[in-house]
Amino acid sequence: MTDAVKFDTALPAKRESRLKRFFQALALMRESPVGMIGLLLILFWVMMAILAPFLPLYDPNAIMAPFQKIGATAPDGGIFWLGTDHKGRDILSRIIWGAQKVLIWATFATFVAYVVGMLMGVLAGYKGGWADEIVSFIANIFLSFPFIILCIIIVATLGASGWTVVVAVTFASAPQIMRIVRGLVLDLKTRDYIFAAQTRGESPWYIMLVELLPNARGPLIVDACLRLGYTVVAIATLGFLGLGLPPPDPDWGLMLKEAVPLGAFAGHSMYLPAAALASLILGFNLLADGLREISLRD
Amino acid sequence: MLPTTAVTPVLECKNVNISYYTRAGEIPAVIDFNLTLMPGESMGIVGESGCGKSTVALAIMQYMGKNGRVKSGQILFNGRDLQTMGEDELRSIRGSQISMVYQEPMASLNPSMKIGEQLMEVPLYHESVTEAEAKQRSLDMLAAVRLPDPQRIMDAYPHQISGGQQQRVVIAMALLSKPALLLLDEPTTALDVTVEAGIVQLIKDISKQFGTSMIYISHNLGLILETCDRITVMYSGEAVEAGAVQSVFNEMRHPYTRGLFASIPLPGTNKNSRPLVPIRGQLPLPQNRPQGCYFSPRCDFFQAGRCDTKGGISMRPVSDEQRHDVRCVRFEDIDWANYRPIGLSGDKVEIGKTVLEVKHMKKYYELKDSSLIAMIKGKKVQYVKANEDINLVAHEAETVAIVGESGCGKSTFAKVLMGLEEATEGEVILNGLELSHTPVQQRKAQTVALLQMVFQNPFDTLNPSHTVGSQIARVIKKFDIESDPDKINQRVMELLDLVKLPRDFALRRPRQLSGGQKQRIGIARAFAGRPSVVVADEPVSALDVSVQAAVTGLLTDIQRNLKTTLLFISHDLSVVRYVSDRIVVMYLGHIMEQGTTDEIFNPPYHPYTEALLSAVPIADTSVKKRHIVLEGELPSPVNPPSGCPFQTRCPRKMCAICETQLPALQHTDTGHAIMCHIPIAELRKVEQVFQVEAAN
Amino acid sequence: MIVLAAKRLVAMLLIMLVVSFILFSLFEADKMAVAGKVLGPYSSIEQREIWLSQNGYDEPFLSRYTQWVGGALHGDFGDSLQYKVPVSELLADRLKNTGILALIFFLIMIPLSLTLGVLAGMKEGSWLDRIISIFSVLTTSIPEFVTATFLTGLFVYTWQLLPGTSSMTGGFSWQEMILPVMVLVIYDFGYVTRMTRASMAEVMTSQYIRTAILKGLPYKRVIMRHALRNALIAPFTVIVLQLNWLLSGLVVVEVFFAYKGFGSLLVDAALFGDIYVIEACVMVAVFIAVFSQFISDIGYTLLNPRIRFS
Repeated sequence: MTDAVKFDTALPAKRESRLKRFFQALALMRESPVGMIGLLLILFWVMMAILAPFLPLYDPNAIMAPFQKIGATAPDGGIFWLGTDHKGRDILSRIIWGAQKVLIWATFATFVAYVVGMLMGVLAGYKGGWADEIVSFIANIFLSFPFIILCIIIVATLGASGWTVVVAVTFASAPQIMRIVRGLVLDLKTRDYIFAAQTRGESPWYIMLVELLPNARGPLIVDACLRLGYTVVAIATLGFLGLGLPPPDPDWGLMLKEAVPLGAFAGHSMYLPAAALASLILGFNLLADGLREISLRD
Repeated sequence: MLPTTAVTPVLECKNVNISYYTRAGEIPAVIDFNLTLMPGESMGIVGESGCGKSTVALAIMQYMGKNGRVKSGQILFNGRDLQTMGEDELRSIRGSQISMVYQEPMASLNPSMKIGEQLMEVPLYHESVTEAEAKQRSLDMLAAVRLPDPQRIMDAYPHQISGGQQQRVVIAMALLSKPALLLLDEPTTALDVTVEAGIVQLIKDISKQFGTSMIYISHNLGLILETCDRITVMYSGEAVEAGAVQSVFNEMRHPYTRGLFASIPLPGTNKNSRPLVPIRGQLPLPQNRPQGCYFSPRCDFFQAGRCDTKGGISMRPVSDEQRHDVRCVRFEDIDWANYRPIGLSGDKVEIGKTVLEVKHMKKYYELKDSSLIAMIKGKKVQYVKANEDINLVAHEAETVAIVGESGCGKSTFAKVLMGLEEATEGEVILNGLELSHTPVQQRKAQTVALLQMVFQNPFDTLNPSHTVGSQIARVIKKFDIESDPDKINQRVMELLDLVKLPRDFALRRPRQLSGGQKQRIGIARAFAGRPSVVVADEPVSALDVSVQAAVTGLLTDIQRNLKTTLLFISHDLSVVRYVSDRIVVMYLGHIMEQGTTDEIFNPPYHPYTEALLSAVPIADTSVKKRHIVLEGELPSPVNPPSGCPFQTRCPRKMCAICETQLPALQHTDTGHAIMCHIPIAELRKVEQVFQVEAAN
Repeated sequence: MIVLAAKRLVAMLLIMLVVSFILFSLFEADKMAVAGKVLGPYSSIEQREIWLSQNGYDEPFLSRYTQWVGGALHGDFGDSLQYKVPVSELLADRLKNTGILALIFFLIMIPLSLTLGVLAGMKEGSWLDRIISIFSVLTTSIPEFVTATFLTGLFVYTWQLLPGTSSMTGGFSWQEMILPVMVLVIYDFGYVTRMTRASMAEVMTSQYIRTAILKGLPYKRVIMRHALRNALIAPFTVIVLQLNWLLSGLVVVEVFFAYKGFGSLLVDAALFGDIYVIEACVMVAVFIAVFSQFISDIGYTLLNPRIRFS
């Protein structure tokens, strides 16, 4: 079996531009139908988020007619494509604006968590010794809090806002990212090219950032994708618990919290944000799965 | 040889074609494979990686994985086609009538089951025996494979015994049901040379004692010569030559077989009179196999029109020999007597001034002992003496080899030299500069540039994220050789020329290179800063035989031309003998012997060197070799024996003094040094390990 | 082994100590804020200062901290601001409820996900494997409260089979347990299933399984004796570590179904600003998390002979 893989033979050389390689990577997605579905779901919501200001939508906070059914006619003659909620706000508009909000905050929070987590992980993994002990201990402290509980504490201390979400996600995710990166680095640092860099006297930061990190990108891309999903869940969960982005701005979690008790009269105002949320998170998970499948193949 | 009539062969492969089916389509792995194995015979299958030899073994076991399939042909076991058997029938044959020994003994044993249970399973499930009987048979078999204290082994988990012992357990397991056919897939590749010698001896004895037919798969021609009656040489999925070991080794007919032999350093080869000849080019990918003969692009005897015909080349018998077949249309025409290929150059170079001097260098590692006993005793720190009193001098343009098995401290020595580890004691002097306590980050760029390294594993040596050119350029920039981008680029091109790779390789990424090409880039990188010393840590051991010769040759050529000092770290005494001027033999952190290459290969020998020399398998029927099989296992450097480090395994051990006192170094007038209690005069009386008969 | 356990135990205590300090600093470093929380936002500065000196808040921060830790060790976390009862009484009752929920959940989840995971991993790439894998990705991807929304919609509003809240005001009721447990199982089993599957699939491609098959052992023996033991080591750790995950899930599910458990207590406290309850709840949660980490480390060592004997 392994015989077929180990040929002492070179592949033909190609000069590839970065853009071209990006599209090639995208083309690889075609080979994983699951990943493709995920990608499409994410792209759909990203498009919605980008286009939100340009679409002919009602103001998401404008109070019009409450409990309107799907496709009902609005007082101004327009159409409530997805009906209205208990306060009479347009659900379609709230879902699309909600998408924009959750995507912006989730991306930003994940990015911050990644910068912090990667630096901690590379430092702990490459330096070892005391640096590792200290960084790992700090990480273990934050890992000992269940995710939501850590978020609750932070929100309870700092008050609810988008920035609080960023802080909460950083504290909760960075230690996990640190662990992953540390593990990858521990494996990678025994490679001969790292020794080669050391024997030519490269500085530790050069080795960490130029020699080590680029080689950890495969698993990290998969993880980043999953983590974006978790962050969306976290933001929505905080919203649902009433600890998230403050009202009245549209927030999927908050929309659910308000709609569920009234589900008996207005099922759509509860099912629609739930479906939106499920589809976006599913998108991230499926894409991560597809990416993992493809990266394992080659 | 047994008469071939009337007796049914144990195994017969008839026109077997095996393919793997992947997303890229069908990949033929084995093509038109034929093999006949008579009872009691042993067949060696030899070839480089990717030649399909392991696929043949797995096909015989009918274990091809999800995407492999025997496309056509028959595999007859005792006259019955294994292909037509159902799962139940196969199960009753596997492990009882055909059994297998694998390359990695540790991975082949279940980590969470005691060895006893793993052994007893075989008789319990194949023959209806009682538990007690199964146990007794397992104990007997463990004793038969010469494992000490079988009862203890039965109760041990696999990780609790050494690699050599694990392989003996796997062999015992394979023999428990007295199989008619034993498949051995590179059974000693993962083991140290002296341990390998023990296993090879055992395999030879088994075939005598049990009369088991064997198929021995290896990349090492020497091992096949030692263990087998017949040999099949494979290349790119095809058998290219098959015959009795003696006749194939004495008169190879296929150009590939010839090439293979010419590229391994044998005791008869010599830099000047009989140089190594690498096979040019590289193995074709299965989807790029040429038309006609697969070897044709690399063959000096290629003839258009005859060698590249459509429909492939078939095996043809050699007319005046029995059962010797060759897959070459021209084998009768080739005039081997007047064939003079261009070998590796070996002009003697003048050895210059002293460049590197290591004096009484010691390297101890602290090992925190966290066991309860250690805590109670308050003795928390143990020392691993990785290097003990290392003395060594290397001159300009000289090649000094450091030879030893795993745990001998050769890699630690390299790390101290490079400044990745600090010496515990002693001095390392490079061009008059003391370096033993200067870590690499504190060395000046020029100093760092003077001492560079070539690494072992071609798959690890280059950073997969960066292009080949940028990795070489980084070295040039780092060492201030050039700073102008154009000049750096120019220098990268020159270095690519130096290692004989096309200039456009600068833009490639490592994954687009073959193992040998990566190793060449590694060499270019090491020489980029114009070093005065290059440390090469097993630079070719991970490469295929035919590529090894070319890379070794390239390395020594460059070194000689640039008058660089080369420290060649290796476990392979044949390669070392070919390339080096002086040899240092290490065992458990000590230098056991050091001297010129001639001194090491001739008496007086250190008893360890003697055993090491005799353990090297030699693929040459004209070389007679003494066999010395060492008892016991390689001790761990964490817990070394008292007295002489080699005393636990030494066949020449004298008395108490060896167990209590570290021997002193004995020097001869020429500088040959041996660390042993036995007087040199005594050691001088020992017979040579190799006797080369006159070449026939 | 014992040394390892002792080391882990020390590390665990150290983490608890650091966490308690951080927590105390966050909530009680600012005395005036504490008094504000207790006496309400409209209390005057004087009132607050009187309350502070009456309740021993004049002492230096560190001595207040040690007293608080001392009290916490005896189970004394003070009185809840919201319910005006000792926090320990409140917590004991809520923890019992959460324990019941968690127990039922584990009893269903563990056998379900181990079985599915082993079945899927046994033959990687088979149709069974694909179905199980896709199903578990789908269910794990959807957050608990979304699952809860859909289930409530169907079982409560549309079919009217089950109650929509599980506050158990009329005593324990199995009916009210069904939806919370169902949501937790659906959300969580996929993760363990996937872990088990990955572990099993890896073991099945290992060389020692090849050895076992080529020894001619019956397939059942290969699976039961050779594969399972090695394949279940990883899921064991995952399941124990699930306790930590589960706490997050429990918070959401309890709030959704108004189940009077530990999680809903914490969220109520956070919304109300009931700092003594928050402190107590977080300490308990962290203890559970750290302790499960400890158990999983020790268990992993015990299950894995390669580590046990080295």
